[in-house]
Amino acid sequence: MKNEFKVIADLIEKDKKVLDVGCADGTLMKFLKDNKNINIRGLEISKDKVQKCIAKGLTVIEGNAEKDLIQFPDKSFDYVVLSQTLQAFLNPELVITELLRVGKKAIVTIPNFGYWKIRLHLLTKGTMPITKTLPDEWYNTPNLHMCTIKDFVHFVKSRNFKIFKSLALNNENISSINDTNLGIKNLFADLGIFLIEKQYENRNNPMLKR
Amino acid sequence: MNTELNLKTLIVKKPLKLDCGKTINDFPIAYETYGTLNEKKDNAILIFHALTGDQFVTGLNPITNKDGWWSYAVGPNKAIDTNKFFVICSNVIGGCLGSFGPSHKDPDTQKIFGTNFPVITINDMVNAQNNLLDHFGIEKLFSIVGGSMGGMQVLQFISNFPDKARTVIPIACTSSHSAQNIAFNELGRQAIAADSNWNEGNYNSKDTIPNKGLAVARMAAHITYLSKKGLQEKFGRKLQEREDLKFGFDADFQIESYLRYQGSVFVDRFDANSYLYITRAMDYFDLGKQFNGNLSDAFKETKAKFFIISFTSDWLYPTQENKDIVIALNSIGADVGFVEIESDKGHDSFLLDVPDFLSALKNFLDKSYIKN
Repeated sequence: MKNEFKVIADLIEKDKKVLDVGCADGTLMKFLKDNKNINIRGLEISKDKVQKCIAKGLTVIEGNAEKDLIQFPDKSFDYVVLSQTLQAFLNPELVITELLRVGKKAIVTIPNFGYWKIRLHLLTKGTMPITKTLPDEWYNTPNLHMCTIKDFVHFVKSRNFKIFKSLALNNENISSINDTNLGIKNLFADLGIFLIEKQYENRNNPMLKR
Repeated sequence: MNTELNLKTLIVKKPLKLDCGKTINDFPIAYETYGTLNEKKDNAILIFHALTGDQFVTGLNPITNKDGWWSYAVGPNKAIDTNKFFVICSNVIGGCLGSFGPSHKDPDTQKIFGTNFPVITINDMVNAQNNLLDHFGIEKLFSIVGGSMGGMQVLQFISNFPDKARTVIPIACTSSHSAQNIAFNELGRQAIAADSNWNEGNYNSKDTIPNKGLAVARMAAHITYLSKKGLQEKFGRKLQEREDLKFGFDADFQIESYLRYQGSVFVDRFDANSYLYITRAMDYFDLGKQFNGNLSDAFKETKAKFFIISFTSDWLYPTQENKDIVIALNSIGADVGFVEIESDKGHDSFLLDVPDFLSALKNFLDKSYIKN
């Protein structure tokens, strides 16, 4: 299993209810179900991958996150997971908002466009970067909205979402991202993993202001 | 039609109050079983048939001498594996293969019911079939499965008996019969009524059966079970055993000949009045309406695991109508999976050899069964 999935699994406590958005062939779902007794559901757009999930005995709904998250009630899951898919949506902002409505918390991972290899590729070759995480050409990539770790952190803060944990992943190395090392992590991590939550504090109430 | 055959029949003693207000008792339900019920009685699957189906799901159908209607899906090592599961299927009430229906005699008058048979609903059908569980001593079915009208029965059954099934598989169906579907059913009914032999439902002697009307009803319905693409690929404008057009009204085209054949074989095995009653039951089906317009409430009492399947080319029970059921289930946090199977074979896809469908069905059942 991918290192990324191990990190995600570590963020989720046992016996929780989890929705994996864009669950692909169900690898993460199966791990969470078998090892952490997670009540897990998947949403997946590809028919082939849906079939693979069914073959693993997983509960999966064929559907499109941009259209189909709406059917889930508010806070119906403890966690909603979105692994390396945010950049493929037409409207990532809407998807994030929906994730944080449906889930009490959301775990979002993004391929970091600020990774040094990507920057170097563009700088030296002058063509769209191709890496292990981003293997497609510009004309056939499913990715519509690439962002950097820094972009994502800025976005989350601007929306007043709460970040519980932000992790940088570079091959086998996991490290925490904080305000002081953001620039460095944005350069050396190829993947960012974020545990976020919608804040419900009343911003006009001085008692709740931080 | 079936008097000479030895059909397995359960006589239901318990009175059944029908939606129309009438009560029936001591009525027969004809059924068939496949496989073996295990000691724990936890491997039973109740299959519900569609409009023109019957209890002979698989193997040889003794009426038609052809394979049962779901032979692709049900049998040893098949999607619904009869080596593993005990399969029960019964003829719906209102039907014409042994279960209480319009071709039976009214015990009060000793005359054949015809259109004096009470109008029945999908709800009545499943309430009647529930008696089979008591008959076999089954407390909880492993699964309930059905396509088309069978799927409607699946939905109604789990709504009525939320604890009586572990898994629930409605296929290519709807929770509420659409205007288009009511329209097609009405076309069929009017074709039957337009046949002078129908005689308001009183056609007791063999030579005065409304065969022509029933055949036209079947022909029209059959078109709705296929897709435009499927028809075009199979028939196109191919001519039927002739070099050129004949400038007449015989079946010049293969599609005409095919439909005429479908109509003609259908009348040998199906009763016109049953066709009226069963299509009516489908038209009356609106599960959400039974719960003041909130379909989710139909399922809020059950902990069963749902798996809903639709087909891309099914325009009779399109994916969206199947998805509406998924949405209703998700809104109450039910355990529901959904897949839309790619197929050019239209609504009939669920009856045919569609490998993606059969493997999804098999995988779901087998994996769910292990976890018991």
